[in-house]
Amino acid sequence: MSESTRLNVFKTYKLYVGGKFPRSESGRVYEVTDSKGNWLANAPLSSRKDARDAVVAARKAFGGWSGATAYNRGQILYRIAEMLEGRRDQFVREVGEAEGLSKSKAGAVVDAAIDRWVWYAGWTDKIGQIVGGANPVAGPFFNLSTPEPTGVVTVVAPQDSSFLGLISVIAPVIATGNTAVVITSEKSPLPALSLGEVLATSDLPGGVVNILSGKAGEMGPHLASHQDVNAIDLAGADAALAKELEIAAADNLKRVLRPQPVDDWTADPGTTRLTAFLETKTVWHPTGSLGAGGSSY
Amino acid sequence: MCARGVTGSYARRYAHVVTMPTTLTAFADVTTSDSALRRFLHGLPGVDAVGLEARAASLGTRSIKTTAKAYAIDLAISMIDLTTLEGADTPGKVRALAAKAVNPDPTDRSTPMTAAVCVYPDMVATAKAGLNGADVKVASVATAFPAGRAALPVKLADTRDAVAAGADEIDMVIDRGAFLAGRYLETYELIKAVKEACVREDGTAARLKVIFETGELSTYDNIRRASWIGMIAGADFIKTSTGKVGVNATPANTLLMLEAVRDFKAQTGIQIGVKPAGGIRTTKDALKFLVLVNETAGADWLTNEWFRFGASSLLNDLLMQRQKLSTGRYSGPDYVTVD
Repeated sequence: MSESTRLNVFKTYKLYVGGKFPRSESGRVYEVTDSKGNWLANAPLSSRKDARDAVVAARKAFGGWSGATAYNRGQILYRIAEMLEGRRDQFVREVGEAEGLSKSKAGAVVDAAIDRWVWYAGWTDKIGQIVGGANPVAGPFFNLSTPEPTGVVTVVAPQDSSFLGLISVIAPVIATGNTAVVITSEKSPLPALSLGEVLATSDLPGGVVNILSGKAGEMGPHLASHQDVNAIDLAGADAALAKELEIAAADNLKRVLRPQPVDDWTADPGTTRLTAFLETKTVWHPTGSLGAGGSSY
Repeated sequence: MCARGVTGSYARRYAHVVTMPTTLTAFADVTTSDSALRRFLHGLPGVDAVGLEARAASLGTRSIKTTAKAYAIDLAISMIDLTTLEGADTPGKVRALAAKAVNPDPTDRSTPMTAAVCVYPDMVATAKAGLNGADVKVASVATAFPAGRAALPVKLADTRDAVAAGADEIDMVIDRGAFLAGRYLETYELIKAVKEACVREDGTAARLKVIFETGELSTYDNIRRASWIGMIAGADFIKTSTGKVGVNATPANTLLMLEAVRDFKAQTGIQIGVKPAGGIRTTKDALKFLVLVNETAGADWLTNEWFRFGASSLLNDLLMQRQKLSTGRYSGPDYVTVD
């Protein structure tokens, strides 16, 4: 069969929830176009019920993921970077189409995203030393503070940077042991939906990252008021939506990370996003029975 | 065999296949001997397994929303036999369960009480004290639950013990070994004997639920036969399962039992309840069962007098859905009790 007569095999982009690839419960899709307005694919238009299912999946995954050793989490995150590298060409094409970049520029963005993922993979077993530690106290106690993950985090992904921005907000959330429900960029969801396929083949337990394409304005309020969501990252919300979501999130005292303007996603991100969704647990432990001399050590 | 319309009850449909007694006393004939009972039970029409499952599945697709959903959730809560049947049950756990049965959602006093708490016989008195006079029944499993592998005197003593301790309802298990070996009369007589043991000193009696353990009966035909043995022997409720084996209540086997009680009432005028137990964990599942009840047995069965759910984790899911309906925001497991 000659090249010209071969039928096109179009890809059906699907959500990534609980380690599976469902269509939207609502059955809806919307058209995704490239930067010039040409049709690329149909993406699922998720409903609030998809968001609810994603929270259930994320909650179910939280115990195992937060309980895994930091070292193990780092290995799994590094494995994701390896898988991303293997599908580099696909992501270069999707990012180029979504953001209107040339092949070389899109390649640079994808490389930066993979490097960003590796960078966060290294942080998993080091963040404890940075934000935790032994506290001096006036008594015969060890006093130790350790960071603990906050829980289920809703992430409204950046609207413009469909891949580097997305990875820059997902990786820090899960590196510290949280689980994530991600609302993709509405305009350019395809790299995010393809990321789901990478996560599914990387030893990452199902439900740790759940990816929903659709309108942040539609799902956001339900996730922000959801009593079983512990935190929300408003990176991709515009000012009006961010305000609405922050008000809804106050109901059960969710941690809220307000949108911060990012001009250049390739710049060093620092540890702000890593520490945004951490709680501090402090333990007092007796140093042991005191001898006559007043000290046991 | 000729095909008839689906509107007539299936009892009428197979009337020309098997001569069916029309009053309860007439069932005395079929229980005179093992062979007579076998003839009767094997004369029941075979179950169309594919049709049964398709019917159960199609009834599960109904969409129930808004006010109907609110009604169904409250109804389902009021039908729960809140159950704890663990070797590790402590008096404290049973008291906590009783408190939850009386007041399922402390943040919303309009939540209905559950129908009953269901415990082992030695916990009946604790449960009764924990309920503190509230209108919630105490159900007790008995007859060497869950396996039923004990001698008859032991089973009867177990039952009398539970009744004497104040149980309002007895959940007995049949001897699946005898049933599967074809000793139907033995199964029948066991149920009859336990029914007699349910009578209290003052002449009143605890209601008897008969558990068939459908997951161990292998075929739908066996479930239908077991249902009829139970009903003829005087069960007040027929119940799917103990919750202790792999396969518990399914929509299909519950539908089959609902058809049995419907037909039994059509013939004898005696109404018998149904209790699916085990494996019903979500509001969506519970609503599917309520649809089955309404479409099969009818609205007469839509009260906790005639339909129950044997469940424990189901209640939390119902409460979370209830909170969602009343507040408009999704609730989470942090806002209901940990059992």
